[in-house]
Amino acid sequence: MADTEGRAGDAFQAAALLLTDPVGLGGAVLRAQAGPVRDAWLGLLQALAPAGMPLLRMPAHTTTDRLIGGLDLTATLAAGRPVAQPGLLAAADGGLLVAAMAERLPTQTVAHLCAALDTQQVRAEREGVSLQSPARLAVVALDESCGEDRPLSAALADRLGLWIDLQPLSVRDTVAADASMAADVRASRERLPQVRVPDALVEALCEATLALGIDTSRAAWWALRCARAAAAWRGADEADAEDAALAARLVLAPRATRQPAAAQDEVAAPPPPSPPPSPEPAAADPAPDRDDPSATPPPPAVPDEPLADRLVEAALAAMPAGLLARLAAQARAARGRPPEAGRAGDAAMSSTHGRPIGSRRGLPRGGARLHLIDTLRAAAPWQRLRRVQARPDAPPILVRPDDFHVRRLEQRRTTTTIFALDASGSSALYRLAEAKGAIELLLGECYVRRDQVAVLAFRGQSAEILLPPTRSLVRARRGLAGLPGGGGTPLAAGIDAAAALAAQVRRAGSTPVVVLLTDGRANVGRDGQGGRARAQQEALTAARALGAQGGQVLLIDTSVRPEPAARALAAAAGARYLPLPQADAAGMARAVQAVVSAG
Amino acid sequence: MPTPFPFSAIVGQDEMKLAVLIAAVDPGVGGVLIFGDRGTGKSTAVRALAGLLPPMRVVAGCRYGCDPKSPSCAEGEPCEARQGSRAAKATLVPVPVVDLPLGATEDRVVGALDIERALSQGVKSFEPGLLARAHRGFLYIDEVNLLEDHLVDLLIDVAASGLNVVEREGLSVRHPARFVLVGSGNPEEGELRPQLQDRFGLAVDVRTPTDLATRVEVIRRRDAYERDPQAFVARWKRDEDRTRRRIVAARGRLDAVVVPDAVLEQAARLCMALGTDGLRGELTLMRAARALAALEAAAEVDLGHLRQVARPALRHRLRRDPLDESDSTVRVDRALADLFPSEPAPRVGAGQP
Repeated sequence: MADTEGRAGDAFQAAALLLTDPVGLGGAVLRAQAGPVRDAWLGLLQALAPAGMPLLRMPAHTTTDRLIGGLDLTATLAAGRPVAQPGLLAAADGGLLVAAMAERLPTQTVAHLCAALDTQQVRAEREGVSLQSPARLAVVALDESCGEDRPLSAALADRLGLWIDLQPLSVRDTVAADASMAADVRASRERLPQVRVPDALVEALCEATLALGIDTSRAAWWALRCARAAAAWRGADEADAEDAALAARLVLAPRATRQPAAAQDEVAAPPPPSPPPSPEPAAADPAPDRDDPSATPPPPAVPDEPLADRLVEAALAAMPAGLLARLAAQARAARGRPPEAGRAGDAAMSSTHGRPIGSRRGLPRGGARLHLIDTLRAAAPWQRLRRVQARPDAPPILVRPDDFHVRRLEQRRTTTTIFALDASGSSALYRLAEAKGAIELLLGECYVRRDQVAVLAFRGQSAEILLPPTRSLVRARRGLAGLPGGGGTPLAAGIDAAAALAAQVRRAGSTPVVVLLTDGRANVGRDGQGGRARAQQEALTAARALGAQGGQVLLIDTSVRPEPAARALAAAAGARYLPLPQADAAGMARAVQAVVSAG
Repeated sequence: MPTPFPFSAIVGQDEMKLAVLIAAVDPGVGGVLIFGDRGTGKSTAVRALAGLLPPMRVVAGCRYGCDPKSPSCAEGEPCEARQGSRAAKATLVPVPVVDLPLGATEDRVVGALDIERALSQGVKSFEPGLLARAHRGFLYIDEVNLLEDHLVDLLIDVAASGLNVVEREGLSVRHPARFVLVGSGNPEEGELRPQLQDRFGLAVDVRTPTDLATRVEVIRRRDAYERDPQAFVARWKRDEDRTRRRIVAARGRLDAVVVPDAVLEQAARLCMALGTDGLRGELTLMRAARALAALEAAAEVDLGHLRQVARPALRHRLRRDPLDESDSTVRVDRALADLFPSEPAPRVGAGQP
């Protein structure tokens, strides 16, 4: 079966659907690296877009002012009264906003996009100006987060109907636009309002979202809109099973978090009694028929198979093979949440990531730094008024203490507490439970101070980051839930990982505090080989390197009797040493608290 | 924005709807925090309020929308609308439901000197901000967990005191700003500081419905609404009217609702059992139960009312217990079951897991 071909057809048809109903579909997530395939897709979008439809590109570093609008500094200074300037969201009204490197968007930017998508308008109440304009638009989020990079914000992705993955496609699969297609888009836009979706299809789509474990009501909604747009694109007045199958592939499949029980069986062993239904219902022949819709007879419904099942099958067929395996593994691990649930936490983190997050009114004292532009902005509208009262020899721009704005980030120094847990066999498992408890207690404290916590564990042959810096208790719980124990003690690797994370945290503008929980007895070296003496030696070297970085280190000795090895390690790292044979969560939390607040 | 989605047409999410209604009956419960899954109609419910609430009487022309019954509005600046000896003229206006947009700056929130007037007429006058606009109504913050800290602090301060004090650009203005703060957000995108959570009277936890019938109904109604908003709103008008009458009746009844000592005692016991900090939990529990009784046209609060509001009134006030993995709703339920073993589980919040 021409799997790639079908996928390419879907992906390129999605461009036409998006143009048919931009506002109704919210937009699209386009997973692809920058390259010819993505360019071809965007080129098609551009070529098909009706004349006059705005198609704006939004760089990842777009500021709030540019996005939602605000005070036009130059014009305000020139005019002597506040002059407002609309932003990109208002300019994109009636069209598409293409967000480049969407996975890098700061949380605030994502929130503005989401607000515009939700309300179909943009409001700005900033610096003396009040703006409100319609923003009926669709967002195309270019998601380049391939691999383990920061994923796209889940909040934004949820609001974008179509999820298109171009990664498996090659240049040969691309579709070029021709003039007739642009005319088709116009026709399908006109047809859209009168297209109906029969109740049976709505029910089947909802059922499919449940079967695929999709945990948001929006998915079924997007699927419905997608089916409607597909029908309009075909030139039909009523959506049929084929349109719904396309919706299942474009909307539901990429959001699936589990494989339905029935389908799982089928994959495992094809059940002998039920004859295989009409091969791959609708999944295999999507776009090519577009040119002559009348020639495509509506596929007769297969009577012995409910529509919802066919949709689920269509969705499954559209998933990359690896995904199914991953889902199956996840089902075994029985983690309650969908895989993308943790994504937003990453994005939320970025607001504290050393990025300037705006300014607030105040005087630049006590280490606060002046935000020059915002100070000027605050002063700008008043110039004419102040000029009247000012002496003739006054400076060209009159700034008063009331105008001063200071940068917000520099006002707070956040602390990131990094827990490095010895999860090896020598550290008793119950201590892990206590450590988890302590971490959660500390997280409670962290909300108050807006601090962060990260957790890494080392066992067997290497160290693993269980919880990247976060302050979300939800994520912390999830990260800690699956913590395994047992195996050798690769202490050096653990300390190295802690040091690397500490350095990363420091680069991000936060102060790291490393808390090592171990009995100090290493038996696995950096190369993963056993050998107690060498492992111990390497651990000491690693500890010295950690100590040399500066910053607070606390070593909690978890062995039953205070261990000389642990004490030596603490000395090498310049760490505070704390024997805690009866390690209990509260005691551990108090100890860490003392170190953190001392630092 | 076009006509808002009718409040009565929201499928399920009973607890959220109840909390919003309680706040509409008794603004004194102190705000509603709606946290939960994406796409569960959190903001739909709040924005629907605008169409639901009965209009209120204001002094005609008053920029603060003050009540004709109250003696004055802004302090330090005479109410322009009431100048002279003639009695204040009243008009009916819709209750404000003000959306606080993300990225709003402080001057637009609290108000500032009116530059246009200062320039054109040389008059030093105050231009009210969003807080003034929300007076006697609702102030809604979507993604409250993303709002900048200093703004959140400011909002909470004003919401608690009911007074907005502006001192800037040579202005000194104090005006009443009594509003119900409604915040919504998704905990996955960053949690709210605990002392902030505590300032909201009620906290609602919304979940995506897991049964097919509800999901289908959600989609159907939204489809019907988007295809023809006017017709959809017209179809739900009777339900909306009924809910509105319920609110009005409950407001009239509120002061007469009796809280028996036995119920007060049970509320105290429940709060002690859960170890909620401070008295605020107990007070909110009582006020919410009273508002609920008023909504149900009951003469006095009974245990059933108490149980029904226990989750939203208390779940965000529990101390985090790291050794207890269960979420706070479960802990409230457990305490309820321990204290009132004979009663069945509360019926509100069917969407809860």
